[in-house]
Amino acid sequence: MMSNNVGVSEQQFLELVLKAISETADKQLRIMEVCGTHTMAIARSGMKQVLPNTITLLSGPGCPVCVTDVSDIDDACILAGRSDVILASYGDMLRVPGTSGSLTTARISGADIRVIYSSFDALRLAIDNPQREVILYGVGFETTAPTSAVAIEAAIRADIGNFSVLSVHKAVPPILRFLLSDRDLSIDAFLLPGHVCTIAGTCDFDFIAEEYLRPCVVAGFEPVDILEAILMVIKQYQENMPTVEVQYRRAVKARGNTVGRQYITRYFNLADCVWRGIGLVPASGFKIRDEYSKWDARAKFNVSPPRVVAAGCVCGDILKGKKQPPECEYYGVNCTPANPQGPCMVSEEGSCAAFYRYSCLGG
Amino acid sequence: MYQADRVELAHGGGGRKTQQLIKAVFQKHFANNILDQMLDAAIFDIAGSKLAFSTDSFVINPIFFPGGDIGKLAVYGTVNDVAVSGAKPYYMSAGIIIEEGFLLEDLQRIAASMALAAQIAGVQIVAGDTKVVEKGAVDKIFINTSALGVVRAGIALHPAKIKPGDAIIVNGSMGEHGLVIETSRRAFTLATPVQSDCASLLPLAQVMLQFGDKLRCMRDATRGGLATTLNELAVQSGLTFAIEQELLPISPTVVGACKLLGLDPLYLANEGKLVAIVDPDCVDALIREMHLVKGGENTCVVGRVTCDLPGMVELKTLLGVWRVLPMLEGEMLPRLC
Repeated sequence: MMSNNVGVSEQQFLELVLKAISETADKQLRIMEVCGTHTMAIARSGMKQVLPNTITLLSGPGCPVCVTDVSDIDDACILAGRSDVILASYGDMLRVPGTSGSLTTARISGADIRVIYSSFDALRLAIDNPQREVILYGVGFETTAPTSAVAIEAAIRADIGNFSVLSVHKAVPPILRFLLSDRDLSIDAFLLPGHVCTIAGTCDFDFIAEEYLRPCVVAGFEPVDILEAILMVIKQYQENMPTVEVQYRRAVKARGNTVGRQYITRYFNLADCVWRGIGLVPASGFKIRDEYSKWDARAKFNVSPPRVVAAGCVCGDILKGKKQPPECEYYGVNCTPANPQGPCMVSEEGSCAAFYRYSCLGG
Repeated sequence: MYQADRVELAHGGGGRKTQQLIKAVFQKHFANNILDQMLDAAIFDIAGSKLAFSTDSFVINPIFFPGGDIGKLAVYGTVNDVAVSGAKPYYMSAGIIIEEGFLLEDLQRIAASMALAAQIAGVQIVAGDTKVVEKGAVDKIFINTSALGVVRAGIALHPAKIKPGDAIIVNGSMGEHGLVIETSRRAFTLATPVQSDCASLLPLAQVMLQFGDKLRCMRDATRGGLATTLNELAVQSGLTFAIEQELLPISPTVVGACKLLGLDPLYLANEGKLVAIVDPDCVDALIREMHLVKGGENTCVVGRVTCDLPGMVELKTLLGVWRVLPMLEGEMLPRLC
């Protein structure tokens, strides 16, 4: 739980932090959280209701599932539909709609899709099914990219030839740079993702404070962590000294997890990548290095490169913090958690789904 | 975008989609005034006796798990549906569908487990059916059980009896069975082992029934977890179920594992947990009695019934804020990070 040196219980500490926020937040401040788990923690705790109305929290492109592009879903569905293929996917990718269906509908039509918890589950499937091709659907940011890399390494070492990775892994710093380069971006400060920074470290995020002068705090995941991080952001903003601070000290180091980072750089390089609802973002996707193409499902099965498909909803603007979910004409009408259209409604963590499910009472 | 003409796994999740399917297909074709009550067990009279009748199918994977197996589950699951309906079950049927190649030894083990569970619950398995199908036609073994029980005179539990101000109680910690199944299915080992809570609720329910009309209604919080059970009760009673995070009994292991796996304990299945709605004046006395019964030791109040938001469940978070606790949409999928 929370590390506090004040010698008070967590509940008391929480109240102290809330009181401090209320007393100091005298200016309007729009803070973007860039992690789906933060979004969920904020929603599940009802945090927006206890914050002063000067503080606005906005959900950024922090949920790797919802930023997976339609074309990437289509590719996965096509591969999964091959009779010689088992597609191993993390659970929440299954509902994400592509152009004409999701992995769920592909599974109904006969595709062999297995829900996994770990990249090694996929490797195990490959060992157990030597006559089939097992494709790991590699989704996620710096958090899960190393796990795909480790699986590739294990496949190389054990000479497992029927295993490959369909990487749609993405890097967080490039998308933030992309957002910040939009002059209309209406975000004053960032809560940086605790899990991503545990691996990636904080150095790669320094540009946000140095070049774009936005305060940043890496936050943990308990409500009290997020509240303390918000207080730290407010103080930075008021003192006009933007920097990258770490609230999630128990996990995050400036250089991150060096082993994890090495795995990423050894097996991936950054390539242009399509982010759902946003478009092509330069050097933002983890592509498997050419020397490992034998384990790259894109090379092995000749999957076409990233391509932009027009989206009907305003998810791009929602992710950029320019619009709130109810401002989309699809929201709540033909886009609901039961029948999601855009990325923000797809994942339980998505901005629109969280907004829809946990819209605070009376608010 | 979605194929509306096919059944999806999400239709079996126990949440909103399951209800939609039941309504659109089975209620449409089977409609009658007993089924339409949509209770855990059908309640009806035959020749002056008030009976409770329930059926359930068990397709669980893995078939053996820490704290139980598919056989034990198949007996207790149906016994509990009858028990929380205010009845004492007497007789059961068991329909067993087996995949060819299934180990006889495992079948013996499952049958023995069913027999033991039946003995503990005081029911007899008096009718059965056995089918063997081709490899791949079922996943190892599927079991359907039905149970018939008698409702004691003067007992009539029903969501319509719930009143604003009533207390909401549960008999112990939430989410253990669901977590055990999720983790053993994924061969995911927790440092602190968790056991399924699979158990008969009959002794507990029988004690609770002594409180007569003060006990409004009971449910076993199985598929879809506490959140789904409360949502069903909220809809059926037209009232609001307001529970408080701080009061909810959830073990630290379950909380931690759920964070790791991206699951929500309030939506995880239980197989030995009931929710009861009780007159606030006698809730303390009832809980004292329940504490003396096996499986009731950790009974506690988790909230109360209001009429603020008809048909909805509210949760007071640790920040002291109320939010809606929605019904599970489809199947619960573990979140990525």
